[in-house]
Amino acid sequence: MTATAEIQSAPVARPTRDDESGSPRTKGMSRAGWLFLVPFGVFYVLFLIWPVIYMLITSFFNTTMIRNGFGGFAGFANYQEMLTKPEFWSAMWHTIQFTIYTTPPLVILAFVFAVLANRAQHGQWFFRLAFFVPFILPSAAIALIWTFIFTPGTGLWNSFQTLLGDDAPLPVLGTPSIAMVGIAITTVWWTIGFNFVLYLAGLQDIPRELYEAAAVDGASPWQQIRSITIPLLGRTTTLVILLQIVASMKIFDQVYLMTAGGPGISTQVLLGLVTNTAFTDYRVGAASAASVLLFIVILLITLVRQLIVRAQERREATR
Amino acid sequence: MTERTAETPTTEQGPDSRPPRRARNGVSAAAPARHVPENGARGSGRTFTIVAWTVLIIFAVLWLIPSLWAIKTSLTDNGVSAVGAGAILKDWNLTFASYFTLLSAGNIWNWYLASFVTAALTTIFAVLFSAMAAYALSRLRFRGRNVIFLLFIGGILVPPQVLIVPIFQMLNIGGLLNTYWAVILPQIPTVVSVFVFKQFFDGIPRDFEESARIDGAGYWRSFRSIIMPLSRPVMAAMAIVTFVGTWNNLILPLFVLSNPKLMTIPVGLATVQGSYGQRLSDIQASSILGALPLVILFLIFQRRIVEGFAGSGLKG
Repeated sequence: MTATAEIQSAPVARPTRDDESGSPRTKGMSRAGWLFLVPFGVFYVLFLIWPVIYMLITSFFNTTMIRNGFGGFAGFANYQEMLTKPEFWSAMWHTIQFTIYTTPPLVILAFVFAVLANRAQHGQWFFRLAFFVPFILPSAAIALIWTFIFTPGTGLWNSFQTLLGDDAPLPVLGTPSIAMVGIAITTVWWTIGFNFVLYLAGLQDIPRELYEAAAVDGASPWQQIRSITIPLLGRTTTLVILLQIVASMKIFDQVYLMTAGGPGISTQVLLGLVTNTAFTDYRVGAASAASVLLFIVILLITLVRQLIVRAQERREATR
Repeated sequence: MTERTAETPTTEQGPDSRPPRRARNGVSAAAPARHVPENGARGSGRTFTIVAWTVLIIFAVLWLIPSLWAIKTSLTDNGVSAVGAGAILKDWNLTFASYFTLLSAGNIWNWYLASFVTAALTTIFAVLFSAMAAYALSRLRFRGRNVIFLLFIGGILVPPQVLIVPIFQMLNIGGLLNTYWAVILPQIPTVVSVFVFKQFFDGIPRDFEESARIDGAGYWRSFRSIIMPLSRPVMAAMAIVTFVGTWNNLILPLFVLSNPKLMTIPVGLATVQGSYGQRLSDIQASSILGALPLVILFLIFQRRIVEGFAGSGLKG
């Protein structure tokens, strides 16, 4: 493609910083800089910064959907309510439960698929199609397909279990103890493509000379994976794990579409609790408090990620 | 940078545990001559290859089953599919009746229109505005630049889903509920693409612009006629990621659109199960129709889509 040729012709040189100050152009450049920032900046302030501030403010008020304005000042009452409410902790637990169910398979299977597919000289398009396409489909389509597979009595999964000799298989999405497992399986199927692709990209950065040298020394493919691939993909793995945890903590679509939090509240997750509190109970203040708490959890995970990445970078620099 | 990795053939990466295969397909001619030890490694290499292929193919088939099952069901008569999985498997009188029903009577065309309009407009604004912001942060030196940059980095930490309640409130106050704008505007600030663009712009040598500037071109001109053409691959990648992301977004349109005529595909599909009752083939046909545009997009832009997502993930 022509686009590719253009990129490769662009040598990678760091821009010089000679015009940082003092030049007569600085003034015009400063104005141009702000003008270029304005369009994005307006939307950034309107739909990111302001909502965050608004969320923080309303979490201290008895704001409601029904009346305009912030409503009466509530202090920490909304937070206190959330932190002492069993529904909040059960939603928190379900969110964590979902994260625990999905993260290990989504990391390990993605790694295995990528290492194997990377060896496939032909037909890689087939594996990309099989593993990656579900990821770009709408969650609503995924939910329709999997709800149908899990339908008690007539669904594919129940028929399969009956075939194996289980006369009365449990309805997956209708049984409190396993409904979340059903949602987790759906999610692993749906989203593995993203991690698969991240691992494939990471694999391409490993110099093949390493494998060649190892092969010359008589290392078997198993040994090569253990002592070359896994250590060199360390940073990718950290990235995949932490991106995955953050993504899993934000789970909403699958639960809303497949079980609506049921049976009972056995699959209710934090974002579900937030939207229910806001759009069913009309309690914006309480919903904001719950959002802030979820936000803090996600923020903490992201900060841990930053720390780990920095530590890894430092270790690599000293090596 | 995404593009360069894209052009590195993946097939060249395989560890050389399969000498006969390499010799046969001629790859070894281009690769440096390689010495394969006679002891153990070769035998275990062959075992490994067999195990690897078996595992990979089993999983690929497992992964295809749900989609194939949905396709098969959608092509089956509603009466047959209501009986159950066994009946669907046995019945091979394929029929497109469900598709005809949906395409002729359903709201699906409205949903396609809503999804297309909102995703396309969001993508255009998001890519253009974030490229402009990245240009300012990467190529122009001015006071306050570092503060802005830090402010944007902070934005990466904010998951937009968590902001659904305040965003709904704002759109409500602004009178934008039940308009396409309610779906488009909140999705324009895509912080990750600012970073991907900035990263890319940082690598373009200054001389490219310098000569144009001597010829009297302004910043907008050099952005539009030098930087943008050079970054077409990144633009394409970011455009695809944004398009797919907005097309598939459920939570925002779910709460800001209640008029069935304006619903996007994800929201429309979310209402399907209730309204179609036991017509399982129709339900599956609607999920296929909802997924179809993106499958087509994938088949056309396979490599770009994959690289685009990898690029955005590595930066975010």
